[in-house]
Amino acid sequence: MKEQKLNNQLQDALRAPLKRKSFLKYTAISGAAMIIGLDSCTKSNNGYSSSNTTPIDVGAGDTGILNFAYALEQLEAAFYTKVNASFYAGITPAEQSILTDIWYHEIIHRNFFKAALGTSAIATLEFDFSKIDFTSRASVLGTAKALEDTGVSAYNGAGAYITSSDYLTLAGKIVSVEARHASAIRDLLSPKTASFAGDDVVDPVSGLDFSRTPNSTTGGPSIVATANTFLKTKISATKLP
Amino acid sequence: MQANNLIEVFDKEISQSSVSRRDALTKGLNFGIKSALTAIPFALLFKPNKVFAGGNPTLVLQVLNFALTLEYLESEFYTMGLNSAGLIPSSDVAVISQISKHESSHVGLLKSTITALMGTPVSKPNFDFTAGGMFPTVFSDYQTFLTLANAFEDTGVRAYKGQASNLQSNPTVLTAALDIHSVEARHASIIRRIRGNKGWITGNSTPGVPGAVYGPGSPVASFPGEDNTVQGGVDVTTLSTYPVSAASEAFDEPLDMNTVLSIAKPFIK
Repeated sequence: MKEQKLNNQLQDALRAPLKRKSFLKYTAISGAAMIIGLDSCTKSNNGYSSSNTTPIDVGAGDTGILNFAYALEQLEAAFYTKVNASFYAGITPAEQSILTDIWYHEIIHRNFFKAALGTSAIATLEFDFSKIDFTSRASVLGTAKALEDTGVSAYNGAGAYITSSDYLTLAGKIVSVEARHASAIRDLLSPKTASFAGDDVVDPVSGLDFSRTPNSTTGGPSIVATANTFLKTKISATKLP
Repeated sequence: MQANNLIEVFDKEISQSSVSRRDALTKGLNFGIKSALTAIPFALLFKPNKVFAGGNPTLVLQVLNFALTLEYLESEFYTMGLNSAGLIPSSDVAVISQISKHESSHVGLLKSTITALMGTPVSKPNFDFTAGGMFPTVFSDYQTFLTLANAFEDTGVRAYKGQASNLQSNPTVLTAALDIHSVEARHASIIRRIRGNKGWITGNSTPGVPGAVYGPGSPVASFPGEDNTVQGGVDVTTLSTYPVSAASEAFDEPLDMNTVLSIAKPFIK
């Protein structure tokens, strides 16, 4: 079973330092191969074309959650790659520094999930960013804000459904970085206000951030549906909440 | 609707969500929590030990009281800062006030949750934010205040992260803890940026903050320092051509309870 295989693979890597060397060799190769694959290939692959209406399902259990996270990280990484390829006019050095750092982080997150999931990883997704005006500061930062807040709520909502404590901690290591991003992007849009952790995203009474499961439609379209507005290859999470 | 404790948060989630329970999920069943839980008598919500039946309620309560201690510290710190005339420049009051509001909320939420779980919330300690004279100007010099705020927020992020796996027996409490965790990270980011630093942690150094905040915990294999770049056995520096600093920034590290308490100790009388 794929999930079991992934578990074994990661558990071995997590628990057996002696095996680390060979695991590193493997991940270095697959990571490099993927970078080349992504940079050189924007056309359809893996048998999915833009007209294909069958979504890629992320799967079940911990593997499904990791693949769901991988899909979101692919989306973020692709978005910031476009942002960094040609910055909007009038960008300040401070904004550029933040957007470049975040780009690096999201690429690393994406590549990490790809390496960790190994053969259980979903395909490389194709994106449709036609709704975003990359020459516009408001459009770029507004999209960044939405993506980061979505990422935070997605990790927060998935946490309780992760079985492995190691994966839970790994998700925790990533979600706080996404929250740091969200705070910074929000502050660029609305400097020195309460927006960095605004009442629109942190409940002002409980002080809790949002958490949402992949298919939850509480408060608007689900995270899966939102992600799909940016995806040519659609995803689904039929075996997740 | 205001949620005054996790019971109410839980109740709110039940009424709003179509999320299925974890056991339903693992069995591949697709029934909604709404239908599953409307079967639970309302009165049961007032017997939280049943609603919250988990694998290790003692551990959950211990973690919640640990979190409460940290939230007491943060809450009092910001309240005292906001009450110190001339300390916080008017340009930053909105930011500090928002953080203060959240920390107070977290105190209230944790206290009522501990009570609802049949536990006893720990009392608020007496704090000494000068840490025995180490930071004598904490409430008169804004940069010192910010440095400590930076230390408390980044420590808070690590503390919640370090306890996540201890809350897995209680999904409701775990989710709430994660929801607090990301708020602390939002706080940490803005405080760091007001200080002129990046919102994320590069390696293990941030000017002026005690080194233990970014150092390793115990055991180090589970709680490495913030400069760690090996995640789940994967050396993340090999995953891109980007600087090693980015590989460190991309992942925050958890910290164990004892190490967190040793960081907080100088501030507790």
